Amino acid sequence: MTEFPGATGLVLNEPLLWERGRRGRCGFSLPSRDVERRPAPAALTAAGPDFPDLSEVDVVRHYTRLSTWNFSVDAGMYPLGSCTMKYNPKTNERQAAHPGLAGAHPLLPADLCQGALELMAALECLLAEITGLDAVTLQPGAGAHGELTGMLVFHAHHRHQGKPRSKIIVPDTAHGTNPASASLCGYRSVAIASNANGVLSPEAVAAVMDDQTAGIMVTNPNTLGLFEENVKAIADIVHARGGLVYCDGANMNAVLGMVHMGRMGVDVLHLNLHKTFSTPHGGGGPGAGPVCVARHLEPFLPVPRVRLVDNRYVLSEDFPLSIGKLQAFWGNTANLVRAYSYILTMGAEDLKRVSQLAVLNARYIKERLKGIYHLPYDRPCMHECVFSDSLQQAHKVNTLDIAKRLMDYGFHPPTIYFPLVVPGAIMIEPTETESKEDLDLFIESMKAIATEAREAPDRLHQAPTRAKRRRLDETAAARKPCLTG
Amino acid sequence: MRYLPHTLEDIAEMLKTVGVESLDGLFASIPADCRRSAPMVLPHPLTEWELNAHIDRLAGRMAAGPAYKVFIGAGSYEHFIPASVGFLTSRSEFVTSYTPYQPEISQGTLQAIFEYQTLAARLLGMEVANASMYDGASALAEGLLMAARITRRSKVAVSRAVHPLYRRVVETYLKPTDIEVREIPFGPDGTTLLSAVADPAELAAVAVQSPNFFGCIEDVAAVSGRAQAAGALCVAAFSEPLAFGLFKNPGSLGADIACGEGQSLGIPRAFGGPGLGMFASRMQYVRNMPGRLVGETKDLEGRRGFVLTLSTREQHIRREKATSNICTNNSLCALTAAVYMASLGGTGLRELAQLNYDKAEYLKSQLRAAGIRLPFGAATFNEFVAAFPDGFDAVHSRLIAKGIVAGLPLGTYYPELKNHYLLCATETMSRDDLDALAREVAS
Ligand SMILES: Cc1ncc(COP(=O)(O)O)c(C=O)c1O
Repeated sequence: MTEFPGATGLVLNEPLLWERGRRGRCGFSLPSRDVERRPAPAALTAAGPDFPDLSEVDVVRHYTRLSTWNFSVDAGMYPLGSCTMKYNPKTNERQAAHPGLAGAHPLLPADLCQGALELMAALECLLAEITGLDAVTLQPGAGAHGELTGMLVFHAHHRHQGKPRSKIIVPDTAHGTNPASASLCGYRSVAIASNANGVLSPEAVAAVMDDQTAGIMVTNPNTLGLFEENVKAIADIVHARGGLVYCDGANMNAVLGMVHMGRMGVDVLHLNLHKTFSTPHGGGGPGAGPVCVARHLEPFLPVPRVRLVDNRYVLSEDFPLSIGKLQAFWGNTANLVRAYSYILTMGAEDLKRVSQLAVLNARYIKERLKGIYHLPYDRPCMHECVFSDSLQQAHKVNTLDIAKRLMDYGFHPPTIYFPLVVPGAIMIEPTETESKEDLDLFIESMKAIATEAREAPDRLHQAPTRAKRRRLDETAAARKPCLTG
Repeated sequence: MRYLPHTLEDIAEMLKTVGVESLDGLFASIPADCRRSAPMVLPHPLTEWELNAHIDRLAGRMAAGPAYKVFIGAGSYEHFIPASVGFLTSRSEFVTSYTPYQPEISQGTLQAIFEYQTLAARLLGMEVANASMYDGASALAEGLLMAARITRRSKVAVSRAVHPLYRRVVETYLKPTDIEVREIPFGPDGTTLLSAVADPAELAAVAVQSPNFFGCIEDVAAVSGRAQAAGALCVAAFSEPLAFGLFKNPGSLGADIACGEGQSLGIPRAFGGPGLGMFASRMQYVRNMPGRLVGETKDLEGRRGFVLTLSTREQHIRREKATSNICTNNSLCALTAAVYMASLGGTGLRELAQLNYDKAEYLKSQLRAAGIRLPFGAATFNEFVAAFPDGFDAVHSRLIAKGIVAGLPLGTYYPELKNHYLLCATETMSRDDLDALAREVAS
């Protein structure tokens, strides 16, 4: 009998923080007072917030118990499509926590922070080499922040040309952040559909590209896990009408060492260091979303930029065409350290290997689940594959039920109901760090669930039964929001 | 490679299943015109031990740690961080999970963020706080955009005493929109000259920061009074939330939106990031808020549980009509702030805030005694401006050689504040450190 990872064990209950404390406790070693107390002006002061008082033991138990209610990459396979939930190397945590880096103030004079500046300069070069683009900013805090940066660069470029534009082409397969980022720049998104093969056709782009259109946002490989094979022709069409090409590089994990974004015709690209470059997702961030651009757009990148002047690194503001600043300081440095450590650990050959194995793993799952689950686009996929629930619908079982049942088997569910072009989408991205044994167990679980869907659909409707909580009432949560306790 | 589990046999077997001859064959769908013509050229891979040595070398070229006394705050503060905070927030279950899209197996993150929202709302005195933004500056920019959406007005007034780098970010976010930013000057006491706000009835928001960039406590009640009387919102920014352990918080002073930086709450400075964008507002505006929200609900068996909620504001549902483009936020930093606030508790927070106040007041008195002018008369919290005589930059450089960074020169941000320095003293500076600074700058 196959033993699946899903099981139950002793899970401890834990109340809310403020249901625990007792007035007068403190979990903090208060620094000793070596200066006298001075009363602050009474008209300006207040009693301070109503926080619970807890001992250090209370706090440690509280968060330790909460942590055990989470599924995590370190616990098991987390094939959340589009999110690249790969293993996060532990040495990277050591490097980011180095007191010299973690304890550094961002506004130190340049001579006192040469180490961090050198690291940033080096990381920019590494990312330029990896993507095939010319210049890099490390400032954006996550992928969507990178998209906003890119759209601001588009905007600044067109304004500099003396011809601001009002629209942007966004395929229907795009992540929601793409149109939302474009809107922040005042662009109206023009949606175009992908063709029967799940990719964009040059004709669809040509039909909408005009001189009011700032450019196009493409995700490559796209969110169906397919390589946009017409991207060069599309870029030519967009460029011919004076537009620019943005590539959402969230899926870069599929194509490291294979593609050259510059040759592909990409002008601006963001990377998610928390996907491709292994920095941990932290329960929803922080990430880092560096933006790489072709040479002609370099003048628009955010300031300050790291420069080597007389053998000394400085942060330079001297870029008059720059779009400005995206964060108060220079970027999520701790994540830059992690990504830099990852790249130095891997080197060129193993980074290419990462993509080869990420694609191999996805392709293997696709082959083995094909027919058991419906595969709306049966084409060679890259790092992820997208199924749907249409074969299970007959048994009144849907994607949500399948996802919830997978928890009972001990796996984090795939991304569901995205991309929107596939009704009931089940988007599986295993990443390269899953072994064949673990993939086989996942596949067996998915097969077992398909069997259950036919023979015992109620098990799916009731799922999960082994998690900390059964299904939660999201409708009630939204109808009468309770957002604080 | 230790992160890649595949043996050659695994690969061969899997390729056979897939029906492809070689690993390169997996990439047949990539046309030639998109491919690299040559392999990537990257440094030779490092072993774990070589990497340690390499990072040690880089980190060794940073002024951090006991050898340096850095008297700079300006939006990034040195505070003691208990070992328990780092320990708990390094737990893999928190670090290596993602956005809690599947609530049944993410209750740890969800409850922790619900608790963070609650503590943040209580600290700021606001009705609702979101799950986090990228940093204080982008939170302020989003706060102004939110005010414009709510009021349907397209001008905002922002005090010049708001952190200059935050104002740069605001400018960047607002430039492509048709929202105009007007600056409000500050007066001789270092606080915003509210009387200089022209035509408030045209404004979506009046934004001040308190404590402001100079450490001065602003009259936020007067700002909210004036803004609201004209149908504008009061946006209260901050970069040092520890101040609300002692000083009145934005909510109690009538702020409609409170947004700023939470790095102070247990998050290492890390050369500027990641920090924690804190964002809170009145409940009536919640549907216009950017960012994620965790709400309480019940499971099938009636037990309390938590989910992401009100997501119809967000990009994955509303796409181009979303209230923000934010997706990945700074969740782990929010968790860190919650663990830190829980460790301090109400009593501890009060005492720590008082101590920060006292250290800076002590430094002020020592500097005054040494004949240094402190130009701004307003009350301050843990940082303040000192005006030094001409030629002080040479002293500043000389002190750096002694391991003392005597504040942040303000001339680059405010041309009229030449020779003015922003000095910060938190609980991490001992009386001896403060005495030494006062002695050295006066010599
Ligand atoms: C395709 C795609 N684009 C953009 C994003 C946004 O990135 P982030 O969450 O880092 O802002 C994501 C991830 O969530 C994504 O999957």
